[in-house]
Amino acid sequence: MTAVSIPFMQTGTLVVGNRLLDDDDRSVQARADRPSSLTKGHRACQGCAEALAARWVMDTAVDATGGKLMVANATGCLEVFSTLYPESAWKPAWIHSLFANAASVATGLAAANAARGRSDIRVLAQGGDGGTVDIGMASVSGMFERNDDVLYVCYDNGGYMNTGVQRSGSTPPAARTATTPIAGRRPGAPFGQGKFMPRIAMAHEIPYVATATVADLRDLEAKVRTAMSIHGARYLHVLVPCPLGWGSASNQSIALSRAAVQSGTFPVFEARAGEITAVTKIREQVDVEEYLRPQQRFAHLFKPGGEDALARVRAAAEANIRRYGLLDDEPRRGQQQEALR
Amino acid sequence: MSTTELGMPGAPRNGHDVPPTIGVSTGPATSVAYHTGTWRTERPVYVTLTPPCQVGCPSGEDIRGWLGAAQDGTSGYERAWRAIVENNPLPAVMGRICYHPCQTACNRVELDEAVGINAVERFLGDTALEHGWSFDPPATSTGRRVLVVGSGPAGLSAAYHLARLGHEVTIREAAAEAGGMLRYGIPAYRLPRDVLSAEIARIAALGVRIECSTKVTDLPTVQAEFDAVVLTVGAGVGHHVDIPAGAAAKILDAIDVLRDVASDHPPLLGRRVAVYGGGNTAMDAARVARRLGAQDAVIIYRRTQAQMPAHATELHDAIGEGVRVQWLSTIKQIEGPRVKIERMTLDDEGRPVPTGIFEDLDADAVLLAVGQDADLSLVTGTSDIDVRDGVVGVDLAGMTGRPGVFAAGDVSPGSRTATFAIGRGALAARSVDAWLAGATPTGPLPVDREAAASRLNTWYYSDAPHQHRRELEAARRVTGFEEVVQGLDAEHAVFEARRCMSCGSCFECDNCFGMCPDDAIIKLGPGLKYEIDLDYCKGCGICVSECPCGAIDLVSEVR
Repeated sequence: MTAVSIPFMQTGTLVVGNRLLDDDDRSVQARADRPSSLTKGHRACQGCAEALAARWVMDTAVDATGGKLMVANATGCLEVFSTLYPESAWKPAWIHSLFANAASVATGLAAANAARGRSDIRVLAQGGDGGTVDIGMASVSGMFERNDDVLYVCYDNGGYMNTGVQRSGSTPPAARTATTPIAGRRPGAPFGQGKFMPRIAMAHEIPYVATATVADLRDLEAKVRTAMSIHGARYLHVLVPCPLGWGSASNQSIALSRAAVQSGTFPVFEARAGEITAVTKIREQVDVEEYLRPQQRFAHLFKPGGEDALARVRAAAEANIRRYGLLDDEPRRGQQQEALR
Repeated sequence: MSTTELGMPGAPRNGHDVPPTIGVSTGPATSVAYHTGTWRTERPVYVTLTPPCQVGCPSGEDIRGWLGAAQDGTSGYERAWRAIVENNPLPAVMGRICYHPCQTACNRVELDEAVGINAVERFLGDTALEHGWSFDPPATSTGRRVLVVGSGPAGLSAAYHLARLGHEVTIREAAAEAGGMLRYGIPAYRLPRDVLSAEIARIAALGVRIECSTKVTDLPTVQAEFDAVVLTVGAGVGHHVDIPAGAAAKILDAIDVLRDVASDHPPLLGRRVAVYGGGNTAMDAARVARRLGAQDAVIIYRRTQAQMPAHATELHDAIGEGVRVQWLSTIKQIEGPRVKIERMTLDDEGRPVPTGIFEDLDADAVLLAVGQDADLSLVTGTSDIDVRDGVVGVDLAGMTGRPGVFAAGDVSPGSRTATFAIGRGALAARSVDAWLAGATPTGPLPVDREAAASRLNTWYYSDAPHQHRRELEAARRVTGFEEVVQGLDAEHAVFEARRCMSCGSCFECDNCFGMCPDDAIIKLGPGLKYEIDLDYCKGCGICVSECPCGAIDLVSEVR
């Protein structure tokens, strides 16, 4: 990872900026004159993490490319809430065509730029989990296997949210959606189904695959910057809590992202050519309950009969911790405090 | 919208002014026409709350403020020091001896350990002495004359604040040197005399006249001489208990022993010394006895360690120097070098009750440290000054029943600590000032809403261990009066200052600005903080939840 190491300044690198840092050392989001590529007036729900992540990603990409950026957007929340005709909340050159073909459009943009001898203009494609792991899967996979010069960003909120919260291939097991209701012996989305797109991307052995959340801005910015420094197919998968679909309070979107990472539910890592090269370690380990309980879609896990499903979700987080090596050998923050007591 | 605003120099415009050729096109950033602020039911409001350290500080220091200045390093030290002396004129002294209730209240305890506020205060106090920084002279002169009787922390604080308010101030001190309990009650290993003298000299340099060896004996006389009088005579008289004792017994008041040692007349105590009492004076007396050559110094206290009024660090240091403590014990009789002790036990309500079990202890001297009484000689015989529970009664503003006579410090009601005395001295000064101007003194300043720990999001604070002050090793401690606790160096002091979480006060971390999904916060620039763009803020509350220091409220929108 290329995250900047900053000497201890009360809050270190954990906050967006820091008054004791030079401007050059601050994140793009800390700049008063940041690009704000997805600007005010968009119609995302209150507390929408996708809107936040999209601005972070695109501002960093604009900064990294000097503004020479083209963006292809799949159908989904992001496209719907940002471009209600006749308005657009986007500042960079931005195009929307269909649900399934954002990756193909991006491939075309990259090819056109190359044909015009304008390889300085970079291309970014983005979509939600529906447009990426389900409907757009074929075109995304095609773009990967051809190693087209595109950064594809998936904002994963685990469902088709703007159409009424239907299950997607990225909906986590046990989660309630409109199509996986709390009914029957196995309420919510089934266990043993669904897919984790970053590993599919890694299977294509493309130059760069990474995951990120809105709980760690500097990490996300560093990953976009790294991605923009590489040519070929790149993939960034960002977890974006959805207050509407998750049944969570609008002020909890960052806190839920943090809990997802700190519980091991969502692994944050980087991979190059199919191999994991860096992992964000858990800083202050929490139980999955801290992630699940504030979400109405998991409410049944905490009612009588929900014990087994809760244990399975917890086991999946523990498996992640083992598989990705999310816990440090050195005692981290939580354990340190325990030792002091 | 210019192309540079789009961050795309040289890129073609693609606003409404460029006709679409394929499909449907809309101009960039045209969404600003739609005001999402109308969705809002709650709005974020930036607030500044009082941090618990300041609420806990009896001197009322703006601790968060001066720690913030110290965080800037060398360029901020003088600013930080000047912020301290707004309230407390003795930072180098208090940075050594204060029991720092601020640290007890510090929210950082929830995360790792409290910020070492006291150590940073000492560093700033010492730095000020090193650089010879002096107080700002008073802006005006009122021509009014005020007498402060006594030169302990309350008297020095009252005199300092009165002088800064432009009054002509005289301190009269009965002892040979100024400082009161700071000089005659606190041993030099905790407070070196040159530090104390230098901070007193700085107050004198402000124009405060300090007359030592001048005991005030008559109130009406000095009232005729001055426009107002502040009584800060302290509580320097050892409290007495009735213990049957033979003529050969050597029984001394611990406070007298401390005073004699401070005056360079150390008494002969012998090899075995018993100290009766469980307060800080008892700890000091036992530690002094060790330094005067006692092989065995035993503290005898009738209750348990948990009930002991002495500060935990004092007990810890005493034990570290070889002082023994005998809990649940009372002295029944003293016969020559033999002290008869009765074991106590606690009843159901936690009170000590005798057990009838006795034991003997050999002691060449017994030091009584069972409390101190105020010297009330100046007010006895006055009809309008109320004496209650052994101290001078005052109103909320610190005025006695006698017009123009105020009181502060140990002679008046309240906690008997130097920091409380400094706070009450400052209060008395403000009240004198108001009274002299013909106004009604108002009493303590109201405390604003406190920044409780529950408001903080401590995730954002870096792991940062508390920087400990080095201590003299025990073997070297008991051989002299060298200062035991060493100061922090600049690097560690700044690190410690940066551990402050700035509870309830924005420190411009940019979290609200960077984490707003609606791009609805405007960053106004360094030192200017932020503004909510209410045309677009949807009231999601992310900025409130993710503010590390709890400086944003979410309030209901009333339309």
